[in-house]
Amino acid sequence: MIERSEVLAVARLARLELSEEELEPMARELSTVLDHIATIRQLDLTGVAPTSHVVDVTGALRPDEPRPCLPREVALAQAPAVSADGFLVPSPQA
Amino acid sequence: MSAGDILELSASAAAAAVDSGELSARELFETYRVRAAADRDAGIEGLNCFTWVADEVPAEAPPAPLHGVPIAIKDLFCVEGVPSQAGSRILEGYRPPYTASSVSRLREAGACLLAKTNQDEFAMGSSNENSAFGPVLNPWDRARVPGGSSGGSAAAVAAGLAPWALGTDTGGSIRQPAALCGIVGMKPTYGTVSRYGMIAFASSLDQAGPLTRDVSDAALMLRHMSGRDACDATSLHSASVEPPSARRLDGLRLGVPEELAGEGIEAGVLECCRSTLSLAEGLGADVAEVRLPHAPHALAAYYVLAPAEASSNLARFDGVRYGLRAEADDLLAMYTRTRHDGFGPEVKRRIMLGTYALSSGYYEAYYGRAQRVRTKIAEDFAAAFQSVDYIVSPTSPTVAFKLGERTSDPLSMYLSDYCTVPMSLAGIPAISIPCGLSDGLPVGLQLAGPALSDSRLLDAAHALEQAIEFDPRAARV
Repeated sequence: MIERSEVLAVARLARLELSEEELEPMARELSTVLDHIATIRQLDLTGVAPTSHVVDVTGALRPDEPRPCLPREVALAQAPAVSADGFLVPSPQA
Repeated sequence: MSAGDILELSASAAAAAVDSGELSARELFETYRVRAAADRDAGIEGLNCFTWVADEVPAEAPPAPLHGVPIAIKDLFCVEGVPSQAGSRILEGYRPPYTASSVSRLREAGACLLAKTNQDEFAMGSSNENSAFGPVLNPWDRARVPGGSSGGSAAAVAAGLAPWALGTDTGGSIRQPAALCGIVGMKPTYGTVSRYGMIAFASSLDQAGPLTRDVSDAALMLRHMSGRDACDATSLHSASVEPPSARRLDGLRLGVPEELAGEGIEAGVLECCRSTLSLAEGLGADVAEVRLPHAPHALAAYYVLAPAEASSNLARFDGVRYGLRAEADDLLAMYTRTRHDGFGPEVKRRIMLGTYALSSGYYEAYYGRAQRVRTKIAEDFAAAFQSVDYIVSPTSPTVAFKLGERTSDPLSMYLSDYCTVPMSLAGIPAISIPCGLSDGLPVGLQLAGPALSDSRLLDAAHALEQAIEFDPRAARV
């Protein structure tokens, strides 16, 4: 089973707070799924190329020309907090 | 035309009835709008299919060829000005400033937005029990799940609350709920439909597709939303989808992989699929065994790749630009609390799994290996398609299961997608059609073809559908 400290380390990487009550079930459930996933370790995959995308798309690039985008007030309209000209967030150093 | 007559029409038939003047677009829309609004107002006393329902009939006369046929759209499709939360609390109050390309195309063809449908949060789930809006119930038996993640779309179509619906499929999220609700559901070849405006789960797998009453409707919807889109670099210049017309399967070879049609599949499901294969032989098809040796490893590879991509895609939900924000004194605490409060348990689990699999020291053991398994699975299919035209299997290992039955064990829930995930990893098209009942509950048969065979796959499914003569009426509400 995954250690509690490891769960906390991964949660930190994922920018996810986990409550005390969430920790133990998370460790248990991740362990169960990782045990299942471990079955792919038994396969001999030497010389097999990885697939990241199944369909070959070529010529997807277009000329880099300026085009209209969302007006600033529209882009800001859904934000929980805004300043005059941008998204407002708490200080990183508080 | 009476409301009862209107509800009997498939989407194709409804468009034709408006075109010929037998029915007005307004009457068609209002008939469904009233039904959908009643289900929304009933909440969990109804089927809980919808997260939002249009409050009036569109003012302008909709264009041909779809003539205003109402369409229900999975919540994760962005529609300008319409609540779009992907079933998640973290997008509470979000009204997108733009519309998904697939939805825009359907509107341009004359479809009218009827409702947004309930779904598993961010499309992560196989039962529609992971939604911030509560579970969707199966119209065949309200004690059972409709499948997921496009559960609201599937239940709405089965119950006659919408003529057809748009969903998405990452590992089975269209096909499995279609099977469990007794309707048609198709995942097209990856890249057939633009992903622009779909709230992303796993970008190398996500694909939009139709949930419909019959195969002709699935072809019609796909025809009007597929094709290259400059806003999605992975979208394809695919050939136009033609209306299916086949009634025979002469000379076609159907391959049944023992890996997806044996151990772990419910007896009643296997029995239904076997009788359908006999029907296929009666239509002139040859049924043969094929092997997909790596298919049993597909689920493990999928549960590395999909959560890895999800952990990256869901990084954008941080309380800065839209949706929920939990107040905190510093930036890091604001991020972590917002994500704690906004995501449900399954989404947290997948973010953790994906972050773990991508973290330093584990990358090659998990992600690298899973990508190589993906190659082997695609090679298995390519080899099988040397000797058969289509691969046939059950869509889901079981019929609809009871609410709550699998929520405490993530792995048992993940096994619901055992038969659908291999096709997702290979990027090939697959369709589920209802093929009969087991214990009074629908069973789905899955047909899969090589990449870009979508049109002829629909044609073969159409021939089988005519022979099966599935009766969907028990699910209507």
